[in-house]
Amino acid sequence: MEIVLVSLLNGLVYGMLLFMLASGLTLIFSMMGVLNFAHASIYMIGAYLAFTVSRLIGFFPALIVAPILCGLLGAAIEVWGLRRVHSNGHVAELLFTFGLVFIIQRSVQMIWGMLPMAYRVPPSLDFSLFTFYGEHFPAYRGFMLLVSAGMLLALWLLLKKTRVGMVIRAALTHPQMASALGHNVPVVFTIVFAGGCMLAGLAGVIGGNYQTTEPGMADAMGPIVFVVVVFGGLGSLLGCFIASILMGMIETFAVVINTSMLDLLKPLGITLADSNLFTEIMAMPVARIGALLPFVMMIVILLFRPRGLLGTRDT
Amino acid sequence: MSGRRPTQSVIWIAALLAAMSMPWLFYNYHTGRHSGFVLSMLSQMGMMSILALSYNMLLGQAGLFSFCHATFFGIGGYATIHFLNMAGSGGLPAPMELIPVLSGFSGLGLAVVFGYMATKQRATAFAMITLGIGELMTTAALSFHHFFGGEGGVNANRMIGHSLFGLKYASAIQVYYLILAWVVLATAAMFFLTQTPLGRMANATRDNFERAQFMGYDPRMVRFLQFALSGFFAGIGGGLYAITYEIVTFDALAAPLSANALLMAYIGGSAVFGGPLLGAVLITLLQSGVSLLSNSWLVYVGVLFITMVMFAPNGIMGLVQAHRPVARAGLLGQLALPYLRVMLPGLLMVLGFVGLVELTSFLTIGAAQGKTLVLFGNSIDVHALSPWIISMVLLLGGGSWFRVEARAFHLVWERLMGEVAPARALA
Repeated sequence: MEIVLVSLLNGLVYGMLLFMLASGLTLIFSMMGVLNFAHASIYMIGAYLAFTVSRLIGFFPALIVAPILCGLLGAAIEVWGLRRVHSNGHVAELLFTFGLVFIIQRSVQMIWGMLPMAYRVPPSLDFSLFTFYGEHFPAYRGFMLLVSAGMLLALWLLLKKTRVGMVIRAALTHPQMASALGHNVPVVFTIVFAGGCMLAGLAGVIGGNYQTTEPGMADAMGPIVFVVVVFGGLGSLLGCFIASILMGMIETFAVVINTSMLDLLKPLGITLADSNLFTEIMAMPVARIGALLPFVMMIVILLFRPRGLLGTRDT
Repeated sequence: MSGRRPTQSVIWIAALLAAMSMPWLFYNYHTGRHSGFVLSMLSQMGMMSILALSYNMLLGQAGLFSFCHATFFGIGGYATIHFLNMAGSGGLPAPMELIPVLSGFSGLGLAVVFGYMATKQRATAFAMITLGIGELMTTAALSFHHFFGGEGGVNANRMIGHSLFGLKYASAIQVYYLILAWVVLATAAMFFLTQTPLGRMANATRDNFERAQFMGYDPRMVRFLQFALSGFFAGIGGGLYAITYEIVTFDALAAPLSANALLMAYIGGSAVFGGPLLGAVLITLLQSGVSLLSNSWLVYVGVLFITMVMFAPNGIMGLVQAHRPVARAGLLGQLALPYLRVMLPGLLMVLGFVGLVELTSFLTIGAAQGKTLVLFGNSIDVHALSPWIISMVLLLGGGSWFRVEARAFHLVWERLMGEVAPARALA
């Protein structure tokens, strides 16, 4: 029982982190039709910038400065890069972000080196918030939940209560109509792209010391964020939210379940004696194939419901 | 049209002759040995050519974005290791020369299964399914030991003692010619496929999915067949990989290789049949050549790729093709001077950029490896200010000069195109 509650809480923390990354990507993907491959790379940049800035002026200023820098970077990418290739079609845009991944990956290694950074939780948040069935719940995870909940609220207010939010929502579901009504859709694109990168940067700041800040972190996070966006559905932030929490739960629960398919068959009196690929698959504990589950889920949902969980259009 | 065919065959035959004679250009007559580096690079080019060409069956010919192409390459490789082990122990009476056929069928088998799933959907959904398949197979290769051998991979000995020509394949040069023979066969087969009704229909579903459907074809079936066949050829490439290296690890089916296939096909030019081959040769050259000299070759590849996406979306072959009408009108000479004028500032700009990248790289990665930057025999202090300023001036100065020259070049190009266009309309 306690393991369920602890995993539930950890899954929530991880799911909210995923949502912070995925919400920006969903907005970008839904409006511009571009799957931004470099989104996780921006997340990585956010973490590295936070490391550098927090060494200079402390963690809490970095929490604000690093996402803004990421947002500016995103705006630059949109204005000088994506907008130019826009006329060559979606394929060119997709490939453009694909090329950015290589450049960002290597540039980060060039600037900060290949080794993991010593980006640690700030001392003021480095204590145990409460003890939970004998397990300590770090205050930093509580802080992460607080930041992501605040982000969620701010995003909701921005989208529902402001004029810009209204235009964004209109462009989200009916991009052609919004531009036909005279809204400057390219500027909205830039705002959304920069905003999405800002959120990714924020996720990097609070995720960089939750996980490790190292050159491989973009590759580790990228596919999962894609899964979340596609699973949640195009044009739906709610779907994206559900998918994030779901994936967060799956990832954290899978690592603690140590049963295999064979264990389920044992009560029926079935055992396997020899050793080949089939028995290996049957005897593999869930904990070791947990990383596979999100991809299996994505493939399955795309096969039977290509618009995703709550999507409004086909991907 | 009639004047084009012979020149094309001449180019293909010249390329084949060059590939055949290349190992002998680097033959060391003192020691009587071939250069191991050149041979392994040429072999790598061969495998990558098959990978890139088979990838282009999807990207260029069918307009499909697959992110799991290395899966079929890898599975061909893994299966081949097992075939080699079986053949070595006498369990499989297949000669070495025909083992790549079996690798191809392994790729085909998996491509049939995954292709059935993926081609149910179109566009982004298709791309995402293939992305999922690729990640799925990579994770599977790392966790299952019986077939994939886990992180260590599986290995075999290629001297199985069966050969149609009595060869032992102990030396790399024999393996290289085996690879070359298979590259020629596979390329010819893939070219033949583009001429068949299937190849033509693949083009049609790429250009207009609905219209192909209206005409009574099942576009999904066409795409499925195309996907499966491209898996077959990728499997052959993987088989050659296994034969060359005698070990296959998860690298052979992981995402970076799929990305490489995409880069090679796109940079070479996916609209022309031979484009991916050119891309494969170039990228492999960059990979093995530049990676020896520089830590940061991925940055160069990335920048090259982005430049191509922004300014030459049809790849290198597309650029070459754009010159065809000018060449036919006999006006190519008029472009020589403008090209020279663009080239000079372009070179300065590239020099400045490379300088900045290398300086940054040596500041961190190089320092960690204890290397120093050496240029023309002088070691350069990366902490001094002057190399940074020189590079920056080169980049910015060259860049702004380049912009001016590029504008002038554009004017000349437009004028030439204007002169050529009526001729084109008449022809």
